[in-house]
Amino acid sequence: MPLLEVHDMTHFFGGLRAVHDYNLSIEPGQIRGLIGPNGAGKTTIFNLITGIYHPTEGEILLNGEEITRLEPNQIADRGLGRTFQNLRLWRYLSVLDHVKMARYSKLTYGLTGAFFGTSKRVREEKATDKLAMDLLELVGIPHLADQIVTNLPYGAQRRVELARALATEPKVLFLDEPTAGMNPEELIQMMAIIRQVHSEIGMAIYLIEHRMKVVMDLCEIIQTLNFGEVIAEGTPEEIRNDPGVIEAYLGKEVVI
Amino acid sequence: MTTNSASTPTIRQRIRALFSRIWEPYRSVPLLGWLIAALVAVGLEQLVGLPLARGLGLTKIPALFGAVVILSKPALTPSALLFTTLIYILPIGIVARFTAPLTNRIAAKLAEYPLVVTALVHLVLLYAVLHIWCDITDYRLLVARLAMISIILTLSLNVVNGYMGEFSCSHPGFMSIGAYVASAFTIVLFVSENRFGEALLPPALGPYMFPLALMLGGLISAFGALLVAIPSFRTRGDYLAIISLAFMFIVKSFFENMEVVGGARGISNQPDYATLPIVFLWTILSIWIINNFVRSTMGKALNAVRDGELAANAMTVDTRKTKMTAFLFAAFWAGVAGGLFAHVLRYINPDSFGIRKLAEVLAMVYFGGLNSVTGSVVGAVGLSLISEALRPLDIFKWIIIPIMLILIMIYRPTGLIAFTEFNVEKIFLPKGRAPEGAEHASA
Repeated sequence: MPLLEVHDMTHFFGGLRAVHDYNLSIEPGQIRGLIGPNGAGKTTIFNLITGIYHPTEGEILLNGEEITRLEPNQIADRGLGRTFQNLRLWRYLSVLDHVKMARYSKLTYGLTGAFFGTSKRVREEKATDKLAMDLLELVGIPHLADQIVTNLPYGAQRRVELARALATEPKVLFLDEPTAGMNPEELIQMMAIIRQVHSEIGMAIYLIEHRMKVVMDLCEIIQTLNFGEVIAEGTPEEIRNDPGVIEAYLGKEVVI
Repeated sequence: MTTNSASTPTIRQRIRALFSRIWEPYRSVPLLGWLIAALVAVGLEQLVGLPLARGLGLTKIPALFGAVVILSKPALTPSALLFTTLIYILPIGIVARFTAPLTNRIAAKLAEYPLVVTALVHLVLLYAVLHIWCDITDYRLLVARLAMISIILTLSLNVVNGYMGEFSCSHPGFMSIGAYVASAFTIVLFVSENRFGEALLPPALGPYMFPLALMLGGLISAFGALLVAIPSFRTRGDYLAIISLAFMFIVKSFFENMEVVGGARGISNQPDYATLPIVFLWTILSIWIINNFVRSTMGKALNAVRDGELAANAMTVDTRKTKMTAFLFAAFWAGVAGGLFAHVLRYINPDSFGIRKLAEVLAMVYFGGLNSVTGSVVGAVGLSLISEALRPLDIFKWIIIPIMLILIMIYRPTGLIAFTEFNVEKIFLPKGRAPEGAEHASA
């Protein structure tokens, strides 16, 4: 059974049809890519599946459970983690606190613990500290744990976001342009981290990318989107040679 | 000033260097040392304060470190300054400095015990200082209690305006709900021949039931907060400010028109339950609980909501619940503060909880510093004392304080001590020689 299924999802922003009859099925452990020209609706699809928008039509199933109308925090809690295209880090929180925050729904000490500092809270916070440090270790920035995120270089901020998404224990991880704005060196590091995370944790990954090298190297199956519709789906090799994809990116050859 | 700073040290730099040279030995004084020094100072005042004041030509001991004397009778300025120097500055300076090795050793010893023990020792000392200081005049007693109530109020508003980054204006409203509920509770139950009839319970029980009255007031305030929160937390932005401002006025006119609690004339004769130790205990309790809350991951979720609600939501944070909880929590403490306020003044009317009160508590929050427990304490105590000290200036007080606030906003836009974490474990620790800051400043 697929881990994540999307059936005939359509979404309108007012009169604009942003996504049309979108279908998706991700198997456990698979890495899939979503590409398409600017404005094709890639991020909208991410936002629809992660609950930030609710689709006008269609249904989304995670592990067989319908999540179409759930709130983002509930969807995240059920195992769908994500990062954002334009980093959405919290300005005044430390790196460690970022990762710990993503454990919010897994903490059980409740308000009693929060108000009175019970031993249960101390225990859970300590365990969360440990888990968060392990994740920072995994993405290679344990030494930055106490830094405030705004002080960090861009590449490190991307890693914080990845570690934070991992802390939600995702079964499917959505990466929205994980290498956007990175220099070639950071890019290579980021790809290595994504590979390592995938091999160690083994979750499915769905990523949006503009850089063909990243998508072609990482993904098993790629979907191409244009004007909110899937115009091609297949292995990197198939996508590379698909005339529709080439047309969407480069335009049609016109003979005058 | 910046143009010629390259050649010779500017006046500002010189002052700074001088200041850091004087301050140098005090860097190694632990909190315990300061408390003991303060205890010596207030003890000294208790023993020789009056004769000394008379000797210096003052009629009585200056209540607020001489500030009131200086402003109302400028001719007595030297006497007031001398008194403050002899009673406070010199003894505290000398004792803190020369007991530092001893107090550091004690602090180190205390650090081996559980935090509760260490905290208790410090709190007992702090209370002793406060108690002896307030023993001199009833005026000080009043100022101290009102300042502590301001701490509760400021802290609770900081949870919403600082930690959560919303702008709530309804705190006086919550405070008045707490004040009226607690007053009605104690008056109905424990005051004979009150406006509602005879006392229902023996008055001797009163002080023991007082916490109940305060909590009831807090809970009903929190219920009021729910009414504000439901419509305003659907979105972010100015809605909360507008709705909460409206709420404050609604509550005010509600009590103005409730003849059963005295209408616009207010309600008086509250029993004298809010004594210094009681107010002190509630203040400490509120600081402890609020600090616990904002340091937990659940409390930090407020910061996450403030700095990026979408991301917080996507990271499993139930943002709606978080915002509601914090808002109700803040309202609860505002209600408790209101209950204490009513029993300190023993008279309240709807007018005490209007726009003036709002301006006051907002000023304390933004003066002290957003997102900071220490800042709130400093802001509340600082502004309370300044406002009392400037009392002789009458109407000019309301020119000076706003100007001060404007200056703070210009030079420190987030307040004096903003965005810090109040680490209870660390403040009690002994202090060694400060390694980096000192030599940098004196070089």
